[in-house]
Amino acid sequence: MILTGFALGPILPEFVLAVGALALILMGAFRGERWAWVVTDIAIFFLGAALLLVLRQPSGSVAIFNGAFIDDGFGRFMKVLALAGSIATLLMSGDWLRRERIDLFEYPVLIMLSTVGMLLLISANDLIALYLGLELMSLALYVVAAFHRDNVRASEAGLKYFVLGALSSGMLLYGASLLYGFAGTVSFAGIATAIHGQSSIGVIFGLVFVMAGLAFKLAAVPFHMWTPDVYEGAPTPVTAFFAAAPKMAAMAVTVRIITTAFPGIVGEWRQIIVFIAIASMALGSFAAIGQTNFKRLMAYSSIGHMGFALVGLAAGTAAGVQGVIIYMTIYLAMTLGTFAAILEMRRNGKPVEEIADLAGLSATDPPMALFLAAMMFSLAGVPPLAGLFAKFYVFAAAVDAKLYGLAVIGFMLSVVAAYYYLRIVKIMYFDAPRPAFDKGSLAERAVLAIAAAFIVLFSVFPGGIVDAADAAAKSLF
Amino acid sequence: MYQAIVFLPLLGFLIAGLFGPLFAPRFSEVVTTSLLFVSLVLSFVAFADVGFGGQTAFVPIANWFTSGALKVDWAFRIDTLTVVMLVVVTFVSAFVHLYSIGYMREDAGRPRFFAYLSLFTFAMLMLVTADNLVQLFFGWEGVGLASYLLIGFWYHRPSANAAAIKAFIVNRVGDFGFSLGIFLVFALTNSVSYDTIFAAAPGLANKTMHVFGLSVDAMTMACLLLFMGAMGKSAQFLLHTWLPDAMEGPTPVSALIHAATMVTAGVFMVARLSPLFEQAPAALSVVIVVGATTAFFAATVGLVQNDIKRVVAYSTCSQLGYMFVGLGVGGYGLGIFHLFTHAFFKALLFLGAGSVITAMHHEQDMRKMGGLRKQIPFTFWMMVIGTLSLTGFPFTAGYFSKDAIIEAAYASQRPGAAYGFLCVIVAAALTSFYSWRLVFLTFFDAPHVAGAHDIETQPAEEHDETVHHEPGDHHGEGTHGHGSHEVRESPLVMLIPLAVLAVGAIGAGFAFRHWFVGEGFADFWKGALFSAPTNHIREEMEKVPGLVSLLPSVMMLVGFLVALHMYILQPFAARQLAEQQRLLYRFLLNKWYFDELYDLIFVRPAFWLGRLFWKGGDGRIIDGIGPDGVAARVIDAARGAVRLQTGYVYHYAFAMLIGIAAFITWYLFGGAR
Repeated sequence: MILTGFALGPILPEFVLAVGALALILMGAFRGERWAWVVTDIAIFFLGAALLLVLRQPSGSVAIFNGAFIDDGFGRFMKVLALAGSIATLLMSGDWLRRERIDLFEYPVLIMLSTVGMLLLISANDLIALYLGLELMSLALYVVAAFHRDNVRASEAGLKYFVLGALSSGMLLYGASLLYGFAGTVSFAGIATAIHGQSSIGVIFGLVFVMAGLAFKLAAVPFHMWTPDVYEGAPTPVTAFFAAAPKMAAMAVTVRIITTAFPGIVGEWRQIIVFIAIASMALGSFAAIGQTNFKRLMAYSSIGHMGFALVGLAAGTAAGVQGVIIYMTIYLAMTLGTFAAILEMRRNGKPVEEIADLAGLSATDPPMALFLAAMMFSLAGVPPLAGLFAKFYVFAAAVDAKLYGLAVIGFMLSVVAAYYYLRIVKIMYFDAPRPAFDKGSLAERAVLAIAAAFIVLFSVFPGGIVDAADAAAKSLF
Repeated sequence: MYQAIVFLPLLGFLIAGLFGPLFAPRFSEVVTTSLLFVSLVLSFVAFADVGFGGQTAFVPIANWFTSGALKVDWAFRIDTLTVVMLVVVTFVSAFVHLYSIGYMREDAGRPRFFAYLSLFTFAMLMLVTADNLVQLFFGWEGVGLASYLLIGFWYHRPSANAAAIKAFIVNRVGDFGFSLGIFLVFALTNSVSYDTIFAAAPGLANKTMHVFGLSVDAMTMACLLLFMGAMGKSAQFLLHTWLPDAMEGPTPVSALIHAATMVTAGVFMVARLSPLFEQAPAALSVVIVVGATTAFFAATVGLVQNDIKRVVAYSTCSQLGYMFVGLGVGGYGLGIFHLFTHAFFKALLFLGAGSVITAMHHEQDMRKMGGLRKQIPFTFWMMVIGTLSLTGFPFTAGYFSKDAIIEAAYASQRPGAAYGFLCVIVAAALTSFYSWRLVFLTFFDAPHVAGAHDIETQPAEEHDETVHHEPGDHHGEGTHGHGSHEVRESPLVMLIPLAVLAVGAIGAGFAFRHWFVGEGFADFWKGALFSAPTNHIREEMEKVPGLVSLLPSVMMLVGFLVALHMYILQPFAARQLAEQQRLLYRFLLNKWYFDELYDLIFVRPAFWLGRLFWKGGDGRIIDGIGPDGVAARVIDAARGAVRLQTGYVYHYAFAMLIGIAAFITWYLFGGAR
């Protein structure tokens, strides 16, 4: 159903967040730095309110603004994930930023604005809305990447991200213009009607450029180059945020544009997706082996996981999209849990990031070691943790779509990837202990524990999430 | 009743094996031994019933498995041959059980020991009662297993482990042939049941089959393959190497398994399958030649061994050769008769040797003994009886059975019989010599001070794995030493079995001669041993000239006199002879260098091949291309992937543009449809 006129209902969560962000800017500007923690708490409140509002949206699909913005089951599911990622990272950030003395009130506001961008992006139903949402999300991200502005590495990371991000935006815009030129419309559904079953080379060009821009946000090979540097250089809470929420939005919009604008040319887009998936899985698996920095390792890990998620999309079926949704859900939990552990890695007040710093954690902090080990096993896809089910659903969809080669390659690369996850477990449990970490904050430990509980319990009670993902995926077809 | 005979030892094994460790060792000893004696009594009843009452029986137990035409049942075939073996096995086994109570009294592993002994007995009884080849094979492998376990009973001793493994592997070679033989018999007759294959055997004579492009006589082939199994189990020439090493096991084990029962399984098997062998005269010639060669070869080696148990072991090997000669000439009764008497006097000799060893506090080297006659007179007399019987002193058990074989070898017209006669008649003299040498070295002469008065003082180096000491696990209270303290007669529980066996060694021949090989042959065996119409060995034997009948006794006397001369009258003669014939002496001492030869031909190439596959095949190729290779490539790939990440933003931008360009190019030239 397309509502004409100005109907606020479907966009209420975004609206609340945007207004809240503006209000918090004013509040911060008037009250100064000492109120940063208040601003953070209020930001979390607003994000939570937005989450509730998303959950309370009526079921069914509603498009507004002449079809530019759509609120459907898929969108709501992904919005919940994005908001959950934002809330969790914001919860964990406060303590870390305070210790680094960069607990400025702009940080939560930027996170909020970025999240607004994500929500818009997830609901984008035409090329213009897509671009607006993407840029709103990205501009805030550029800033938070360099948030630790006195730190050389953080500044470098922010700058690199911005330059390459601008390049990718240019590509995306170019592709969007090509698509508009050949299809005569910016609406996804319109594009689908225009190129129904026949693909001109111009449409393909447009598709390639748009995919390049989106792959950049996903950090999929070969548009991933910024990821390791930015993940390593940016402040750890920011890295956690990068690895979690924006990935949900980018994946959501990729799935939406592929399935709604190009359902008629599956053979064409599948080639790109399959290539990107294999290249991402391969690079994520191999390059991570050589890493010593945990954040950098997680950068490669996230590249690899985006590859695995794209395996589900390559299937191009509702089951495949369901697999992608489940994968992203579980990925979110694993990533947040792992970064919670990384945030806890602090010795004598200084954050440490090397994998070797984890040596003997099982002796100095058994619960943390256990939870982190669960994260690693799940990331590696070891039964019976959730990571296994994530891979199972995407591979099952790929096999059903007769993409046997892709599934086999994915399986083999997941074996390679298992090496570096298990190595971390080995270091924690079998290496000679190093001095204990400082005591982590409550939020960090809570996020880690909740994430661990999630990945353990998922294998016991997968029903709810699997069914919800199924319903969400069906809303696109 | 037959079920009880066979399964009581199994019950004993289960009780001692499962619950033995929970109680005092005496519990296991009493349970297994008394069950065995029950079995023995029942066996005597069965012997009387079947042998003299004529009640052969077929006792079905259960179906084992059925697969197509292959139907295998658990069943007992009770005929004279079976009951003879039942008596032999249960008799020796029961008294070895009894004897072991004394012999093993210092060992901590007694429950295990008695469990193994009973397991062995059960397997051996299954073997002799089998109604088909598969059940025979079951028992065959069962005794092999028990033998392995008992040789390696003192498993903490590397030499015992090596000997156990050697016995097992050498038997595998024989069993390989044996199982092929069973397959072939099944292929020919479509059955493994004795009744069926015996009935089919005459029809299969002269039937040819094609193997590797050659036409061979099917029955000859089958019998040779089956005989290969017998060669392994009965330690015949070429597959004999395990038996002397098997002396690593406790002495009662040597007496039971490696003298009286298991090693005679091959003899039993050939006799049991006599309907098949009768159709394959060529195979019987091979049996004669192999048996005769073994009889001669083992006797020569026995001449110079210094370990008391090894002398008896080689003697066993040699006597088994006699049995096969007896079978080979067609006198199955002769072979079984010698098996029967041999069980008594060889078990007696082994247990006597065990008694000596106990008295000498686990010293086995005869050069360190001497003059024991006065200290352990009872054992001495028992050993003399055993020796008399073994050497064939007139009217002892060995006299009847062995001399009959020699006569038969002379009388037989079969190709190879002349060679057989020559070998066994020479071996008779050698047997007499080494047996008396054993007695003289051990019981006569002054006590040897270790190393000072060695008769054949070869500074015993490379061959001297023969000299070792059986460890008593809880041995002595610090008085452990050899020859340095009091030599004492063994306890009564060990002497009673000696006395009982001595009665058998003297009287068994005379008492049963009439039935086993004499006029009562047909009445007694009732067709259990088959003789083809062309087999006239019994008539031919009667035509043997009197001089030939006397010859074995003469040879026995010659051997005795030479031994007397060399070890009593001229104590340095043996040493001088050894020095004069140094080469021959070393050749014999090293057992014709068979172990070295096998080491060179089989063991080292096997190791070499193993190493090749391990290092080259598994290590280099499978690991190299597989796990290690993959790991190395992964590391390479990881290094390459890391190197891509230069940190230069223009490289990153370049990579993105390359990616775009590659996609576009792909679609322009082929991807897009």
